[in-house]
Amino acid sequence: MALLETRNITKRFGGLQAVGKMDFTLDQGRIVSIIGPNGAGKTTFFNTLTGIYRPEEGEVLFDGHALVGLRPDQITTLGIARTFQNIRLFGAMTVLENILVGMYPRLRQTFLDILARNRKFHQEEDDAHRRAFELMTYVGLQGVENELARNLPYGQQRRIEIARALASSPKLLLLDEPTAGMNPRETDDAVRLFRRLRDELGITILLIEHSMRVVMDISERITVMDYGVKIAEGTPAEIASNPRVIEAYLGRGASELMEA
Amino acid sequence: MLLKLSLWLSKMLAAARQWLKQSKNASIFILVYLGVGFLWTYLSPRALVAFLFFISSALWLYYLPLSGRFKLIVGISMMLVLIPITGVRNISYLDVIFQISVFAALASGLNIVVGFAGLLDLGYVAFYAVGAYTWAIFGSQQMYLLHSIPGTSPPTPDFFLPADAFYLFVFLAIIVAAITGILLGLPVLRLRGDYLAIVTLGFGEVIRVLANNLDKPINLTNGPQGITPIQRPTLPEPVLNVFRAIMNPIVGHNISQKEFYDLFFYLAALSVIVVVILVVRRLDDSNIGRAWIAIREDETAAIAMGIPLVRMKLAAFATGASFAGAMGVLFAASRTFVSPESFSFMQSIGVLSMVILGGLGSIPGAIVGAAVVIILNLQVLQELSLYLNQLRQSDAVIPIINFAWKNLSSQLDPAKYQRLLFGIILILMMIYRPAGLIPAERRKRELKREENDAVNDPEADTGEELGNGAA
Repeated sequence: MALLETRNITKRFGGLQAVGKMDFTLDQGRIVSIIGPNGAGKTTFFNTLTGIYRPEEGEVLFDGHALVGLRPDQITTLGIARTFQNIRLFGAMTVLENILVGMYPRLRQTFLDILARNRKFHQEEDDAHRRAFELMTYVGLQGVENELARNLPYGQQRRIEIARALASSPKLLLLDEPTAGMNPRETDDAVRLFRRLRDELGITILLIEHSMRVVMDISERITVMDYGVKIAEGTPAEIASNPRVIEAYLGRGASELMEA
Repeated sequence: MLLKLSLWLSKMLAAARQWLKQSKNASIFILVYLGVGFLWTYLSPRALVAFLFFISSALWLYYLPLSGRFKLIVGISMMLVLIPITGVRNISYLDVIFQISVFAALASGLNIVVGFAGLLDLGYVAFYAVGAYTWAIFGSQQMYLLHSIPGTSPPTPDFFLPADAFYLFVFLAIIVAAITGILLGLPVLRLRGDYLAIVTLGFGEVIRVLANNLDKPINLTNGPQGITPIQRPTLPEPVLNVFRAIMNPIVGHNISQKEFYDLFFYLAALSVIVVVILVVRRLDDSNIGRAWIAIREDETAAIAMGIPLVRMKLAAFATGASFAGAMGVLFAASRTFVSPESFSFMQSIGVLSMVILGGLGSIPGAIVGAAVVIILNLQVLQELSLYLNQLRQSDAVIPIINFAWKNLSSQLDPAKYQRLLFGIILILMMIYRPAGLIPAERRKRELKREENDAVNDPEADTGEELGNGAA
């Protein structure tokens, strides 16, 4: 069953077509990668899914909802969470608070509840804190809850970002180059974490990734973009031998060279 | 010799600090300090040093490791007993603390907008004006003069509304100011940083200019002349008599009506500021407060976390504005006079510098910032000016350079160099203490959260010197 489906998505910046006529289907419970050279339109595609950009044409269907025209916060509330290519944590807040911010769409406290500090408020806050600690343990962050997010090393910041995204209880998680800047060991840990998210929590994962090692290792299907359009789609094995993909990455004639 | 002395001093300081770490010692210290401060102020009500000493005990109370309940009791008795007594002996102190409370509320409100949500607002005083004019127009005879030119005397000596409508108008002004905040917020939501600052600055000026010019076609604000007299709420005579019976022997003279009003407005401002602190603290530690700070830190990430930007920004503007609205009503009633001059751009800058001085995003910081600025302004600089004037009139000569005080230019008047001084203070702060006097601190949490915050949360009961009952 398709959890996410885009039809004919086109996003232009002035005369530049960043994403063109993108048809894309993502089934529930899959781990799928989008790859492509720099500037292929991958992040722009993410941004049209999450509502940061509004596509000029086409439609996005998620879990029975049409997303085009919704605001990013509404889309997050429907169940799409994301991380960013260059980590975007709330630096002056503690790790715990970062994760609590991620829970925003799931908390029901109103202005009056907050001012009255009533039972509903306390209960909800206690539950939220408990869940935040659980999430921190889940992604492997312990004992740093009261540190300011900006004071932590890069690898841990990536984890916080994932925990923060998980805090909104998403159905679909969009990861934008989640292993960029990680050493091989951290990368392996991250890949293992992504698998657990899918296997244990049932979260569908769509990731943009440059590391072929990660992509080939984790993806069940791969979509390749170049110059804003989809040029190939298939299993890792199919993609690895697809001449158009090799051409996009290495240049014209490269596939013949590789066969020879 | 000097070295030895300084070594000895630092040793003593360290020992004192160690001694104060014990809460029993600390409570003895604060009681003695407060007692000395009170007696000194009581015995020499004109001495500024005594007053500063007395007031500074609030800071000690805030910082010393004492139990929340103890702080609360000491804070309340200071606010409700000691300060009124010294205040009636020297009425200017009550006014100073009234002004501190007013500006502390303004700074706390602006702190929500600038410190929490990160929206630089240079026209904040406009909301204060809205509150003040709300009561000024309805609480005076202005409603009878809508069709007369400014300066006409009212047709009847009666007021438009009963004086006690004041209390109702405190709440009305909160709503009116909040709505004004939303109206300002709506068009500027798309703007960030410098652009937002410029537009809010313009908005502040618009409100002031409106107040200046709305004497025609209908005379709503009486123009630059301002509105006066504005009613004050009635003080019931029986209550006053009880007060007189208790207080007269203590303060040593018969308390006048004017002094009672000063006392009343002091207490009213105190109640508002307690509510303000309570509201800000609760918001800070909630979904809304976290959303505001997230917006300040990274708007794009915040919206991707599901935070509705428009709604949260409007909430920040409205909440911040409502505090200013309430204090505006108090201001109008206490002065019985409002005019557009009180709401100039420099006032907005003044409130902003209190927030920055205290520490952006810091709740106690906003209050301390307001206290420092007001005390410097109303007390220290004035006192210095007076002192210089005395020297000028005496025959004293500055030794070594042999310069007679008499010849000192009368232009050199510390009270006139207020802005210069604040400029210098702000620059020094930016260099040496950019996070403010009391930097904002994020709350630390343990895995198991206590049912009652009051027990283990050191911050819960230290609602500054005002002894707020946060817990």
